Amino acid sequence: MHSVPPIFLFRAERLACRRGGRLVFQGLDFELPEGGALLLLGPNGSGKSSLLRLLAGLLPADDGAVWWGEQRLSADREAHAGRLHYVGHQDGIKAALTAGENLLFWARLHDPAVTGVAPALAAFALTALADLPAKFLSAGQRRRLALARVLAAAAPLWLLDEPSVGLDRDGVARLESVIAEHRRLGGIVLLSTHTDLVLPDAQVLRLDDCAPRHALTPERWA
Amino acid sequence: MRRIGTVIQRDLRLAWRHGSDSLTVVAFFVLTVTLFPFGLGPESNLLERTSAGILWVTALLASMLSLDRLFLADYEDGSLELLALTPTPLELLVIGKVVAHWLTTALPLMAAAPLLALLLHLPADGLVTLMVTLLLGTPTLSLIGAMGAALVLGARRGGVLLSLLVLPLAVPVLIFAVGAVDAAVQGLPSRGDLLILGGLLLAALPLAPLATVAGLRQAVQ
Repeated sequence: MHSVPPIFLFRAERLACRRGGRLVFQGLDFELPEGGALLLLGPNGSGKSSLLRLLAGLLPADDGAVWWGEQRLSADREAHAGRLHYVGHQDGIKAALTAGENLLFWARLHDPAVTGVAPALAAFALTALADLPAKFLSAGQRRRLALARVLAAAAPLWLLDEPSVGLDRDGVARLESVIAEHRRLGGIVLLSTHTDLVLPDAQVLRLDDCAPRHALTPERWA
Repeated sequence: MRRIGTVIQRDLRLAWRHGSDSLTVVAFFVLTVTLFPFGLGPESNLLERTSAGILWVTALLASMLSLDRLFLADYEDGSLELLALTPTPLELLVIGKVVAHWLTTALPLMAAAPLLALLLHLPADGLVTLMVTLLLGTPTLSLIGAMGAALVLGARRGGVLLSLLVLPLAVPVLIFAVGAVDAAVQGLPSRGDLLILGGLLLAALPLAPLATVAGLRQAVQ
Protein backbone atom coordinates (compact mmCIF):
# COMPACT_ATOMS: atom_id res chain seq x y z
CA MET A 1 0.00 0.00 0.00
CA HIS A 2 2.98 2.29 -0.42
CA SER A 3 2.13 5.14 -2.71
CA VAL A 4 5.01 6.92 -4.31
CA PRO A 5 5.35 10.37 -2.74
CA PRO A 6 4.88 13.11 -5.30
CA ILE A 7 8.20 14.49 -6.48
CA PHE A 8 6.72 17.89 -7.11
CA LEU A 9 5.17 19.49 -4.06
CA PHE A 10 3.62 22.57 -5.60
CA ARG A 11 2.41 22.58 -9.17
CA ALA A 12 0.01 24.32 -11.49
CA GLU A 13 -1.63 23.00 -14.64
CA ARG A 14 -2.97 25.03 -17.55
CA LEU A 15 -3.65 28.06 -15.34
CA ALA A 16 -5.53 30.92 -16.88
CA CYS A 17 -6.38 34.23 -15.31
CA ARG A 18 -8.90 36.84 -16.36
CA ARG A 19 -8.90 40.38 -14.98
CA GLY A 20 -11.66 42.81 -15.85
CA GLY A 21 -12.83 40.57 -18.69
CA ARG A 22 -9.35 40.50 -20.27
CA LEU A 23 -7.41 37.26 -20.42
CA VAL A 24 -4.05 38.00 -18.74
CA PHE A 25 -2.34 34.64 -19.21
CA GLN A 26 -3.32 31.13 -20.15
CA GLY A 27 -1.83 27.66 -20.37
CA LEU A 28 0.58 28.36 -17.53
CA ASP A 29 2.28 25.33 -15.98
CA PHE A 30 4.98 24.88 -13.38
CA GLU A 31 6.21 22.17 -11.04
CA LEU A 32 8.29 22.90 -7.95
CA PRO A 33 9.99 20.30 -5.73
CA GLU A 34 10.83 20.84 -2.07
CA GLY A 35 13.35 23.63 -1.80
CA GLY A 36 12.40 24.89 -5.25
CA ALA A 37 12.26 28.50 -6.34
CA LEU A 38 10.39 30.06 -9.22
CA LEU A 39 11.33 33.46 -10.56
CA LEU A 40 8.49 35.24 -12.35
CA LEU A 41 9.63 37.59 -15.09
CA GLY A 42 7.68 39.66 -17.54
CA PRO A 43 6.82 43.23 -18.46
CA ASN A 44 4.32 45.32 -16.48
CA GLY A 45 0.82 43.98 -16.80
CA SER A 46 1.91 40.50 -17.83
CA GLY A 47 0.19 39.03 -14.77
CA LYS A 48 2.98 38.43 -12.24
CA SER A 49 1.01 39.88 -9.35
CA SER A 50 -2.20 38.24 -10.55
CA LEU A 51 -0.45 34.87 -10.66
CA LEU A 52 0.86 35.26 -7.09
CA ARG A 53 -2.58 36.35 -5.84
CA LEU A 54 -4.15 33.43 -7.65
CA LEU A 55 -1.68 31.00 -6.07
CA ALA A 56 -2.42 32.51 -2.67
CA GLY A 57 -6.12 31.84 -3.17
CA LEU A 58 -7.18 35.49 -3.29
CA LEU A 59 -8.18 35.29 -6.95
CA PRO A 60 -10.17 32.51 -8.58
CA ALA A 61 -8.49 30.86 -11.58
CA ASP A 62 -10.30 31.20 -14.89
CA ASP A 63 -9.09 27.74 -15.86
CA GLY A 64 -6.68 25.08 -14.68
CA ALA A 65 -5.73 23.88 -11.23
CA VAL A 66 -3.13 24.36 -8.52
CA TRP A 67 -1.94 21.41 -6.45
CA TRP A 68 -0.11 21.19 -3.15
CA GLY A 69 1.00 17.58 -2.98
CA GLU A 70 -2.20 15.64 -3.60
CA GLN A 71 -4.54 18.41 -2.50
CA ARG A 72 -6.15 20.91 -4.79
CA LEU A 73 -5.87 24.50 -3.67
CA SER A 74 -9.58 25.16 -4.08
CA ALA A 75 -10.46 22.19 -1.85
CA ASP A 76 -9.52 23.82 1.46
CA ARG A 77 -8.86 27.52 1.44
CA GLU A 78 -7.89 27.82 5.12
CA ALA A 79 -5.47 24.88 5.00
CA HIS A 80 -3.75 26.50 2.02
CA ALA A 81 -3.64 29.88 3.74
CA GLY A 82 -2.01 28.18 6.74
CA ARG A 83 0.93 26.95 4.69
CA LEU A 84 1.74 30.14 2.85
CA HIS A 85 3.02 33.64 3.38
CA TYR A 86 2.11 36.31 0.88
CA VAL A 87 3.93 39.63 0.66
CA GLY A 88 2.22 41.95 -1.79
CA HIS A 89 2.68 45.55 -2.81
CA GLN A 90 0.82 46.82 0.23
CA ASP A 91 2.52 45.95 3.46
CA GLY A 92 -0.42 45.72 5.89
CA ILE A 93 1.37 47.83 8.51
CA LYS A 94 -0.63 49.91 11.01
CA ALA A 95 1.01 53.26 11.63
CA ALA A 96 -0.32 53.48 15.19
CA LEU A 97 1.23 50.17 16.28
CA THR A 98 4.92 49.64 16.91
CA ALA A 99 6.97 47.54 14.52
CA GLY A 100 7.03 44.71 17.03
CA GLU A 101 3.27 44.83 17.64
CA ASN A 102 2.60 44.78 13.90
CA LEU A 103 4.74 41.72 13.42
CA LEU A 104 3.41 39.93 16.50
CA PHE A 105 -0.18 40.42 15.32
CA TRP A 106 0.35 38.73 11.96
CA ALA A 107 2.49 36.00 13.48
CA ARG A 108 -0.17 35.22 16.11
CA LEU A 109 -2.86 34.90 13.47
CA HIS A 110 -0.79 32.18 11.84
CA ASP A 111 0.34 30.53 15.04
CA PRO A 112 -1.09 31.67 18.40
CA ALA A 113 1.92 30.24 20.27
CA VAL A 114 4.42 32.04 18.07
CA THR A 115 7.98 32.60 19.31
CA GLY A 116 9.75 33.69 16.15
CA VAL A 117 9.13 37.43 16.32
CA ALA A 118 12.47 38.48 17.82
CA PRO A 119 14.58 36.35 15.46
CA ALA A 120 12.54 37.62 12.50
CA LEU A 121 13.17 41.23 13.51
CA ALA A 122 16.86 40.45 13.93
CA ALA A 123 17.09 38.79 10.52
CA PHE A 124 16.01 42.02 8.86
CA ALA A 125 18.01 44.30 11.22
CA LEU A 126 14.86 45.75 12.83
CA THR A 127 15.54 44.85 16.47
CA ALA A 128 16.45 48.41 17.41
CA LEU A 129 13.20 49.67 15.85
CA ALA A 130 10.88 47.14 17.51
CA ASP A 131 9.33 49.66 19.91
CA LEU A 132 9.06 52.49 17.42
CA PRO A 133 5.58 53.32 16.09
CA ALA A 134 5.47 52.17 12.49
CA LYS A 135 4.58 55.63 11.22
CA PHE A 136 8.22 56.63 11.80
CA LEU A 137 9.58 53.82 9.62
CA SER A 138 11.03 54.65 6.22
CA ALA A 139 9.72 52.94 3.08
CA GLY A 140 12.61 50.48 3.11
CA GLN A 141 12.14 49.71 6.79
CA ARG A 142 8.43 49.10 6.23
CA ARG A 143 9.38 46.70 3.46
CA ARG A 144 11.74 44.87 5.80
CA LEU A 145 8.98 44.66 8.40
CA ALA A 146 6.56 43.23 5.83
CA LEU A 147 9.18 40.66 4.82
CA ALA A 148 9.90 39.77 8.45
CA ARG A 149 6.34 38.32 8.57
CA VAL A 150 7.48 35.32 6.52
CA LEU A 151 10.02 34.41 9.20
CA ALA A 152 8.00 35.16 12.33
CA ALA A 153 5.62 32.22 11.82
CA ALA A 154 6.83 29.23 9.83
CA ALA A 155 5.12 28.36 6.55
CA PRO A 156 6.53 26.26 3.72
CA LEU A 157 5.31 28.36 0.79
CA TRP A 158 6.38 31.97 0.25
CA LEU A 159 4.75 34.11 -2.42
CA LEU A 160 6.67 37.36 -2.72
CA ASP A 161 5.55 40.10 -5.08
CA GLU A 162 8.56 42.25 -5.94
CA PRO A 163 10.04 41.83 -2.46
CA SER A 164 13.19 43.83 -3.22
CA VAL A 165 11.41 47.10 -4.06
CA GLY A 166 12.67 49.82 -1.73
CA LEU A 167 15.35 47.66 -0.12
CA ASP A 168 18.96 48.84 0.09
CA ARG A 169 21.88 46.57 -0.78
CA ASP A 170 22.07 45.22 2.76
CA GLY A 171 18.33 44.50 2.72
CA VAL A 172 18.59 42.62 -0.56
CA ALA A 173 21.49 40.57 0.78
CA ARG A 174 19.48 39.71 3.92
CA LEU A 175 16.49 38.75 1.80
CA GLU A 176 18.66 36.49 -0.34
CA SER A 177 20.16 34.72 2.66
CA VAL A 178 16.72 34.32 4.29
CA ILE A 179 15.37 32.78 1.08
CA ALA A 180 18.40 30.50 0.75
CA GLU A 181 17.91 29.24 4.32
CA HIS A 182 14.19 28.68 3.71
CA ARG A 183 14.97 26.62 0.62
CA ARG A 184 17.64 24.65 2.42
CA LEU A 185 14.97 23.56 4.90
CA GLY A 186 12.72 22.42 2.05
CA GLY A 187 10.58 25.53 1.65
CA ILE A 188 9.33 26.81 -1.67
CA VAL A 189 9.61 30.40 -2.92
CA LEU A 190 7.85 32.07 -5.81
CA LEU A 191 8.77 35.65 -6.44
CA SER A 192 8.52 38.32 -9.06
CA THR A 193 11.24 40.89 -9.46
CA HIS A 194 12.69 43.50 -11.76
CA THR A 195 16.04 43.67 -10.00
CA ASP A 196 18.75 41.04 -9.89
CA LEU A 197 18.07 38.82 -6.94
CA VAL A 198 20.48 35.93 -6.65
CA LEU A 199 18.48 32.71 -6.47
CA PRO A 200 20.77 29.72 -7.13
CA ASP A 201 19.26 27.27 -9.63
CA ALA A 202 15.83 28.83 -9.59
CA GLN A 203 13.38 28.00 -12.34
CA VAL A 204 12.39 30.96 -14.45
CA LEU A 205 8.88 31.54 -15.73
CA ARG A 206 8.39 34.19 -18.38
CA LEU A 207 4.83 35.44 -18.16
CA ASP A 208 4.92 36.91 -21.68
CA ASP A 209 5.30 33.34 -23.01
CA CYS A 210 1.89 32.61 -21.51
CA ALA A 211 0.18 35.70 -22.88
CA PRO A 212 -3.00 34.85 -24.79
CA ARG A 213 -2.22 34.32 -28.46
CA HIS A 214 -4.66 36.87 -29.79
CA ALA A 215 -2.85 39.56 -27.85
CA LEU A 216 0.42 38.78 -29.63
CA THR A 217 -0.90 38.56 -33.16
CA PRO A 218 -3.48 41.23 -33.76
CA GLU A 219 -4.24 42.16 -37.36
CA ARG A 220 -2.24 45.35 -37.16
CA TRP A 221 1.03 43.41 -36.98
CA ALA A 222 0.18 41.45 -40.10
CA MET B 1 -10.67 31.45 19.59
CA ARG B 2 -7.31 32.91 20.55
CA ARG B 3 -7.02 34.29 17.05
CA ILE B 4 -10.33 36.14 17.46
CA GLY B 5 -8.88 37.53 20.67
CA THR B 6 -5.80 38.66 18.76
CA VAL B 7 -7.96 40.60 16.31
CA ILE B 8 -10.07 42.17 19.08
CA GLN B 9 -6.94 43.17 20.97
CA ARG B 10 -5.38 44.80 17.92
CA ASP B 11 -8.54 46.73 17.01
CA LEU B 12 -9.04 47.92 20.58
CA ARG B 13 -5.44 49.07 20.71
CA LEU B 14 -5.82 50.90 17.40
CA ALA B 15 -9.06 52.52 18.55
CA TRP B 16 -7.42 53.57 21.81
CA ARG B 17 -4.45 55.15 20.04
CA HIS B 18 -6.60 56.90 17.44
CA GLY B 19 -9.25 57.80 19.96
CA SER B 20 -11.22 60.18 17.83
CA ASP B 21 -13.56 57.65 16.19
CA SER B 22 -15.28 56.55 19.39
CA LEU B 23 -15.40 60.09 20.69
CA THR B 24 -17.08 61.32 17.50
CA VAL B 25 -19.80 58.72 17.87
CA VAL B 26 -20.56 59.55 21.50
CA ALA B 27 -20.33 63.30 20.89
CA PHE B 28 -22.81 63.02 18.00
CA PHE B 29 -25.16 60.96 20.16
CA VAL B 30 -25.06 63.35 23.12
CA LEU B 31 -25.27 66.55 21.05
CA THR B 32 -28.14 65.37 18.86
CA VAL B 33 -30.20 64.09 21.78
CA THR B 34 -29.66 67.35 23.69
CA LEU B 35 -31.03 69.27 20.71
CA PHE B 36 -34.43 67.59 20.91
CA PRO B 37 -35.65 69.33 24.09
CA PHE B 38 -34.79 72.64 22.41
CA GLY B 39 -36.61 71.68 19.23
CA LEU B 40 -39.69 70.14 20.85
CA GLY B 41 -39.98 72.49 23.78
CA PRO B 42 -39.57 71.60 27.43
CA GLU B 43 -43.02 70.05 27.79
CA SER B 44 -42.27 66.94 29.78
CA ASN B 45 -45.28 64.93 28.53
CA LEU B 46 -44.18 65.20 24.94
CA LEU B 47 -40.55 64.33 25.75
CA GLU B 48 -41.64 61.43 27.87
CA ARG B 49 -43.66 59.91 25.04
CA THR B 50 -40.97 60.41 22.39
CA SER B 51 -37.83 59.76 24.44
CA ALA B 52 -37.45 56.07 23.54
CA GLY B 53 -37.77 56.85 19.85
CA ILE B 54 -35.39 59.80 20.04
CA LEU B 55 -32.74 57.81 21.88
CA TRP B 56 -32.96 54.84 19.57
CA VAL B 57 -33.05 56.75 16.28
CA THR B 58 -30.10 58.85 17.39
CA ALA B 59 -28.17 55.80 18.57
CA LEU B 60 -28.84 54.16 15.21
CA LEU B 61 -27.56 57.18 13.28
CA ALA B 62 -24.55 57.51 15.58
CA SER B 63 -23.59 53.89 15.00
CA MET B 64 -23.71 54.56 11.23
CA LEU B 65 -20.98 57.20 11.61
CA SER B 66 -18.08 54.91 12.29
CA LEU B 67 -19.21 51.99 10.16
CA ASP B 68 -17.45 52.93 6.95
CA ARG B 69 -14.12 52.82 8.81
CA LEU B 70 -14.72 49.24 9.93
CA PHE B 71 -12.93 47.58 7.00
CA LEU B 72 -11.76 50.60 5.02
CA ALA B 73 -8.44 51.13 6.83
CA ASP B 74 -7.60 47.43 6.55
CA TYR B 75 -8.60 47.47 2.89
CA GLU B 76 -6.43 50.45 2.07
CA ASP B 77 -3.24 49.29 3.75
CA GLY B 78 -3.41 45.70 2.52
CA SER B 79 -4.25 44.18 5.92
CA LEU B 80 -7.52 42.84 4.57
CA GLU B 81 -5.91 40.51 2.04
CA LEU B 82 -3.56 39.26 4.74
CA LEU B 83 -6.52 38.65 7.05
CA ALA B 84 -8.07 36.64 4.23
CA LEU B 85 -4.88 34.56 4.08
CA THR B 86 -4.78 33.12 7.59
CA PRO B 87 -5.59 29.57 8.64
CA THR B 88 -8.56 30.90 10.64
CA PRO B 89 -11.88 31.15 8.80
CA LEU B 90 -12.36 34.80 7.83
CA GLU B 91 -15.87 34.66 9.32
CA LEU B 92 -14.38 34.32 12.81
CA LEU B 93 -11.97 37.20 12.28
CA VAL B 94 -14.92 39.30 11.08
CA ILE B 95 -16.75 38.49 14.30
CA GLY B 96 -13.64 39.65 16.16
CA LYS B 97 -13.64 42.94 14.30
CA VAL B 98 -17.37 43.41 14.93
CA VAL B 99 -16.91 42.74 18.65
CA ALA B 100 -14.11 45.32 18.79
CA HIS B 101 -16.29 47.79 16.87
CA TRP B 102 -19.17 47.20 19.26
CA LEU B 103 -16.91 47.66 22.31
CA THR B 104 -15.50 50.92 21.00
CA THR B 105 -18.71 52.52 19.69
CA ALA B 106 -21.86 50.94 21.14
CA LEU B 107 -20.55 50.54 24.66
CA PRO B 108 -19.77 54.27 25.07
CA LEU B 109 -23.28 54.97 23.69
CA MET B 110 -24.76 52.75 26.36
CA ALA B 111 -22.73 54.52 29.00
CA ALA B 112 -24.14 57.87 27.88
CA ALA B 113 -27.71 56.64 27.46
CA PRO B 114 -28.93 56.75 31.13
CA LEU B 115 -27.95 60.40 31.50
CA LEU B 116 -29.68 61.34 28.26
CA ALA B 117 -32.73 59.32 29.23
CA LEU B 118 -32.93 61.41 32.38
CA LEU B 119 -32.67 64.55 30.29
CA LEU B 120 -35.64 63.40 28.20
CA HIS B 121 -37.77 62.49 31.23
CA LEU B 122 -37.81 58.81 30.45
CA PRO B 123 -39.54 57.17 33.45
CA ALA B 124 -37.42 54.90 35.58
CA ASP B 125 -39.44 51.81 34.50
CA GLY B 126 -38.39 52.49 30.94
CA LEU B 127 -34.73 53.00 31.72
CA VAL B 128 -33.94 49.40 32.57
CA THR B 129 -35.78 48.20 29.47
CA LEU B 130 -33.98 50.81 27.38
CA MET B 131 -30.62 49.47 28.53
CA VAL B 132 -31.69 45.90 27.79
CA THR B 133 -32.83 46.87 24.29
CA LEU B 134 -29.52 48.63 23.66
CA LEU B 135 -27.65 45.59 24.91
CA LEU B 136 -29.60 43.28 22.58
CA GLY B 137 -30.03 45.65 19.66
CA THR B 138 -26.66 47.32 19.14
CA PRO B 139 -24.74 44.09 18.46
CA THR B 140 -27.29 43.34 15.73
CA LEU B 141 -26.70 46.81 14.30
CA SER B 142 -22.93 46.24 14.32
CA LEU B 143 -23.36 42.88 12.55
CA ILE B 144 -25.70 44.29 9.90
CA GLY B 145 -23.42 47.30 9.52
CA ALA B 146 -20.38 45.09 8.93
CA MET B 147 -22.27 43.46 6.07
CA GLY B 148 -22.90 46.85 4.48
CA ALA B 149 -19.36 48.06 5.15
CA ALA B 150 -17.94 45.02 3.35
CA LEU B 151 -20.24 45.50 0.37
CA VAL B 152 -19.34 49.15 -0.23
CA LEU B 153 -15.55 48.63 0.03
CA GLY B 154 -13.89 50.20 -2.95
CA ALA B 155 -16.95 52.22 -3.92
CA ARG B 156 -16.68 55.99 -4.07
CA ARG B 157 -18.93 57.83 -1.61
CA GLY B 158 -19.23 54.55 0.26
CA GLY B 159 -20.62 56.25 3.36
CA VAL B 160 -23.85 57.38 1.70
CA LEU B 161 -24.32 54.05 -0.02
CA LEU B 162 -23.69 52.31 3.27
CA SER B 163 -26.52 54.18 5.01
CA LEU B 164 -28.89 53.38 2.14
CA LEU B 165 -28.03 49.71 2.44
CA VAL B 166 -28.00 49.36 6.19
CA LEU B 167 -30.76 51.62 7.50
CA PRO B 168 -33.65 49.63 5.98
CA LEU B 169 -32.23 46.45 7.51
CA ALA B 170 -32.00 48.15 10.89
CA VAL B 171 -35.69 49.11 10.93
CA PRO B 172 -36.92 45.90 12.63
CA VAL B 173 -34.43 46.42 15.46
CA LEU B 174 -35.69 49.98 15.86
CA ILE B 175 -39.35 48.96 15.89
CA PHE B 176 -39.04 46.26 18.51
CA ALA B 177 -36.60 48.18 20.69
CA VAL B 178 -38.81 51.25 20.87
CA GLY B 179 -41.86 48.99 21.26
CA ALA B 180 -40.30 47.32 24.27
CA VAL B 181 -39.43 50.60 25.98
CA ASP B 182 -42.89 52.07 25.30
CA ALA B 183 -44.56 48.99 26.72
CA ALA B 184 -42.43 49.18 29.86
CA VAL B 185 -43.24 52.86 30.32
CA GLN B 186 -46.97 52.10 30.09
CA GLY B 187 -46.65 49.26 32.57
CA LEU B 188 -47.24 46.55 29.96
CA PRO B 189 -45.04 43.47 29.56
CA SER B 190 -42.18 44.05 27.13
CA ARG B 191 -40.98 40.47 27.12
CA GLY B 192 -42.27 39.69 23.63
CA ASP B 193 -40.43 42.60 22.04
CA LEU B 194 -37.24 41.78 23.90
CA LEU B 195 -37.43 38.15 22.78
CA ILE B 196 -37.78 39.26 19.18
CA LEU B 197 -34.76 41.55 19.60
CA GLY B 198 -32.80 38.60 20.96
CA GLY B 199 -34.01 36.50 18.05
CA LEU B 200 -32.82 39.11 15.57
CA LEU B 201 -29.39 39.04 17.22
CA LEU B 202 -29.27 35.25 17.09
CA ALA B 203 -30.19 35.31 13.41
CA ALA B 204 -27.66 38.03 12.55
CA LEU B 205 -24.81 36.36 14.44
CA PRO B 206 -24.25 33.51 11.97
CA LEU B 207 -25.76 35.07 8.83
CA ALA B 208 -24.21 38.54 8.76
CA PRO B 209 -20.56 37.30 8.97
CA LEU B 210 -21.21 34.97 6.02
CA ALA B 211 -22.46 37.86 3.89
CA THR B 212 -19.67 40.09 5.16
CA VAL B 213 -17.01 37.59 4.15
CA ALA B 214 -18.54 37.23 0.69
CA GLY B 215 -18.26 41.00 0.29
CA LEU B 216 -14.69 41.10 1.62
CA ARG B 217 -13.51 38.31 -0.67
CA GLN B 218 -14.98 40.19 -3.59
CA ALA B 219 -13.14 43.33 -2.48
CA VAL B 220 -9.69 41.74 -2.23
CA GLN B 221 -9.80 40.05 -5.63
